[in-house]
Amino acid sequence: MRWHSVAFAVSLLVASVAHAAKPATTYRVGIRDFQFQPRQIVVPVHARVTWTNHDEEPHIVTSVGNTFHSSPALDTNDHYSATFDKPGTYTYFCSIHPQMTGTIVVR
Amino acid sequence: MNDERDNMQPERRHFLECMAWAGAGTLWLMKGGVAHAGMLATGAAAADATFGFVQISDSHIGFHQAPNPDPVASLRQSIALINAQPKRPDFVVHTGDLSHLSKPEQFDTVAELLKGAKTSHVFYVPGEHDVIGDDGNAFFARFGGGVNGNGWYSFDHHGVHFVALVNVRHLQAGGLGFLGDEQLSWLRQDLAGLSASTPIVVFAHMPMWSLYPAWGWGTQDSAQALTLLRRFGSVTVLNGHIHQIQQKIEGNLTFHTARSTAYPQPAPGQGPAPGPLKNLPAGKLRDYIGIRDVRHVRGTRGLAITEHALG
Repeated sequence: MRWHSVAFAVSLLVASVAHAAKPATTYRVGIRDFQFQPRQIVVPVHARVTWTNHDEEPHIVTSVGNTFHSSPALDTNDHYSATFDKPGTYTYFCSIHPQMTGTIVVR
Repeated sequence: MNDERDNMQPERRHFLECMAWAGAGTLWLMKGGVAHAGMLATGAAAADATFGFVQISDSHIGFHQAPNPDPVASLRQSIALINAQPKRPDFVVHTGDLSHLSKPEQFDTVAELLKGAKTSHVFYVPGEHDVIGDDGNAFFARFGGGVNGNGWYSFDHHGVHFVALVNVRHLQAGGLGFLGDEQLSWLRQDLAGLSASTPIVVFAHMPMWSLYPAWGWGTQDSAQALTLLRRFGSVTVLNGHIHQIQQKIEGNLTFHTARSTAYPQPAPGQGPAPGPLKNLPAGKLRDYIGIRDVRHVRGTRGLAITEHALG
């Protein structure tokens, strides 16, 4: 798990170097008690959204209509990020617990 | 203690007897669609049964946290309990969530462990944890693709018609478990030729009734399947998913959910969300997990169902 975190930190570093000209702000969505928190967020164009699963159950961030890349299964403490380059309303859900839904509004 | 017992009120004695059954397992006799709880009398139910089978569920191999960091060991204990039954079950049904994350090594572990079960066949249906990332392809490759590779199937055993349904694929945002039109159309055809007196056993992972939709405990189009089943005199629906025993009777339809072989979940609405029940009293996990033994007696309506906790 530690190496996984290091690898993730390195990849973040590489990503921020690569996009040094246009640093994107990261917005965080927690997954706790089978809910996306906050359930809806409003972010600017080029924002990066990172989901972190705090539950013991795995969850999958799945785009409705495949408008952004869906995550793999996120086990406890796993995280996943997606960048939103176009304005719009992006709805998503957990494809294994479909009662869990969330929205990213990009302005 | 003996003095107290001799002098106690009949109600209290009955209560203590019930407590004793709860530890050993409860026998459910279905008579005319009504469940009767009885003592777990191993000989009586087994002797006049046409055949018996065992249901296990929700093994979650790959889970590694409280309250059960070793679900391999508890599945192994469940299989030992199957093998210790006085009468060998004709087959075993696993109602899904074999794995925690659909990983090949998790499926391999389940397949390998269940080779040790003393029975002639193991039937499987997937849970939502078994179809992650590949829509169930790895699961179906190992455990059977059913009709046209879609996972559902049926078979007959000693005059009882068994139907295995898949309600964990193509789930929709904001929805529940889902069967879909193709499967419902197959079910209609599958049941069409059967006389109304044929006993039916349906098994699927997610509950086939609206048990607690706020936690996703239901199947959004199950009403269509139940409509097709209502003309039969005896229909038993066996599900997993919620890691605890819940039952419902609706006319000739009886619904049962099974315990997990790995860990319990809270009762519906008890707490903020479903998920592993972590704060069990020390050493009590085995009282909350286990297997289900089902016996069919020809000429009676319904099945005798016995729960066995590991503890």
